[in-house]
Amino acid sequence: MNAYNFAFLDEQTKRMIRRAILKAVAIPGYQVPFGSREMPLSYGWGTGGVQVTASVIGPDDVLKVIDQGADDTTNAVSIRRFFERTTGVRTTTRTDAASLIQTRHRIPETPLAAGQIVVFQVPIPEPLRWLEPRETETRKMHALEEYGVMHVRLYEDITRHGHVETAYDYPVLVNGRYIMRPSPIPKFDNPKLDRNPALLLFGAGREKRIYAVPPFTSVRSLDFEDHPFTIEHWDQTCALCGAADVFMDEIVVDDKGGRMFVCSDTDFCERRRGR
Amino acid sequence: MYVAVKGGERAIANAHRLLAEERRGDPSVPELSLTQIDQQLGLAVDRVMIEGSLYDRELAALAIKQARGDLIEAIFLARAYRTTLPRFGATQPIDTDGMAIRRRVSATFKDVPGGQILGATFDYTHRLLDFGLVDGHGATPPGEADSDAGHVAADLPALEGRMPRVIDILDRDGLIEPEEPDSDRRAVGDLTREPVDFPAGRDVRLQSLARADEGFVLALGYATQRGYGRNHPFAGEIRVGEVEVELVPEELGFPITIGEITVTECQMVNQFKGSATAPPQFTRGYGLVFGHAERKAMTMALVDRALRCRELGETPTSPAQDEEFVLYHGDNVEASGFVQHLKLPHHVDFQSELVLIRTLRAEAEARAR
Repeated sequence: MNAYNFAFLDEQTKRMIRRAILKAVAIPGYQVPFGSREMPLSYGWGTGGVQVTASVIGPDDVLKVIDQGADDTTNAVSIRRFFERTTGVRTTTRTDAASLIQTRHRIPETPLAAGQIVVFQVPIPEPLRWLEPRETETRKMHALEEYGVMHVRLYEDITRHGHVETAYDYPVLVNGRYIMRPSPIPKFDNPKLDRNPALLLFGAGREKRIYAVPPFTSVRSLDFEDHPFTIEHWDQTCALCGAADVFMDEIVVDDKGGRMFVCSDTDFCERRRGR
Repeated sequence: MYVAVKGGERAIANAHRLLAEERRGDPSVPELSLTQIDQQLGLAVDRVMIEGSLYDRELAALAIKQARGDLIEAIFLARAYRTTLPRFGATQPIDTDGMAIRRRVSATFKDVPGGQILGATFDYTHRLLDFGLVDGHGATPPGEADSDAGHVAADLPALEGRMPRVIDILDRDGLIEPEEPDSDRRAVGDLTREPVDFPAGRDVRLQSLARADEGFVLALGYATQRGYGRNHPFAGEIRVGEVEVELVPEELGFPITIGEITVTECQMVNQFKGSATAPPQFTRGYGLVFGHAERKAMTMALVDRALRCRELGETPTSPAQDEEFVLYHGDNVEASGFVQHLKLPHHVDFQSELVLIRTLRAEAEARAR
């Protein structure tokens, strides 16, 4: 791959993206438009995350890539190989050994540390999109902090169903100012966003937006005093490592309704099993 | 004992091998050459160049071959290659007045200065399968046309090597809205470098339409004809041919020709009833694409006109008049990627939904008891 620059993107493009990232860090939760490039992988498969990773990765980084919490899902393998080929950096499956983690749909169970960067792949960055399809309108709503519709929606869910009907990509308020989509992570992972010591970067390639949660920033999942935010809970423990209080994958083991539950975070599970 | 599925890496490598095998097909059948694709599937090459925003017949042919004839996949390959190319500068606007015309028709006047030139077209062919082509001897042998190259009517007086646009005839009489060129200093928008901002300029809209999926633009343009944003179009002129591309190198300060490209241009003439400030006059819709692609250029012009509704004081009522709708959804590489990303695992989100729906059902059952 000598015909391509380190990490595929040319240096000017990386600078443009890093400027967008700096702006995003300066205004936590604000969606910064950026000149998203056409990447050699499909839109919807992590083009935003890949561009963010490509612009911050250096030769000394150690990269971990996960999808659904696992290092060995096909798209995680594919993205990890892309960076192995274009940068030659070391890769790892260990959360605590990685300096840079690109993820789709999960935050690792192992607590993150200061100095680490997590890059989230974002399909739809706009938290108000299902309430207002127009970008011109939603940008105005953010600018004016006009978030009433979101609270009304949550309220209506509770009055109709007794619960907020959002299980993943649950909206959060960042630094007391911007409502943000945390990307389609399960709401189980939302509490990990709050005052996290790592730098959390979000890249949406097709929608051409970057946003960020800087280390130790307040991130509050939207709720009401009398209906506090709750996360998923399983009665079972992990069938492989025995962990409780982790996010579980439900595995269908036969055609008679048999189920088993295992950790979604494969690295966490393997290390508990002492491998 | 359950063991988590491993081996994504091996599965991917095997998938690539199988794909290569299917692409090649039966090895006893001779392999397609890029020249064959370029020469005999030229309109497919044109479409890949148009929607791939990359004028290079050989690369487009390669993309078609690699994509097994899936043109949207080929367009994606062309785009992903194009994105890494350095930008040396912007060319001068092309001058379609100076086009070496291959085909030129106007529906608004019976005859026009320079004449109507039918050229090579599917129009007026009877769509009967030509079984002669099975073994390479079609019903119509290829060959040069008569010396007047398909002119429908006799040439009007000499035009000094220029082929004026039909629409300029209306312009001279003030019957159509004037169109002033932008200042040379104004940078032309490029949505492949800067994210689209709304309201988008007409330059960005036209760029977006030129790159947009032909089927998407065709459906929108067609919808305007059926009343969803009707704008009463006439095909003022459609022309196909070669134009020179000029660049002003900074160190020279004057334009030099760097090559020649084939383009299809469509000027639509649309009715306009006038407003409080403007008298009734015709308005314009514009389409321009690489290669020979009349259907795309025409429908592009219809949608361009529809998207000008606000500027002309018309109330937008239909998708074709909705800038955000058209610009956000016309790109087939974006659309194809996002639709197909549903194939990626979503079992974490799905598990969250399962937990929620089980909770809601348990509560509903408890209430029922």
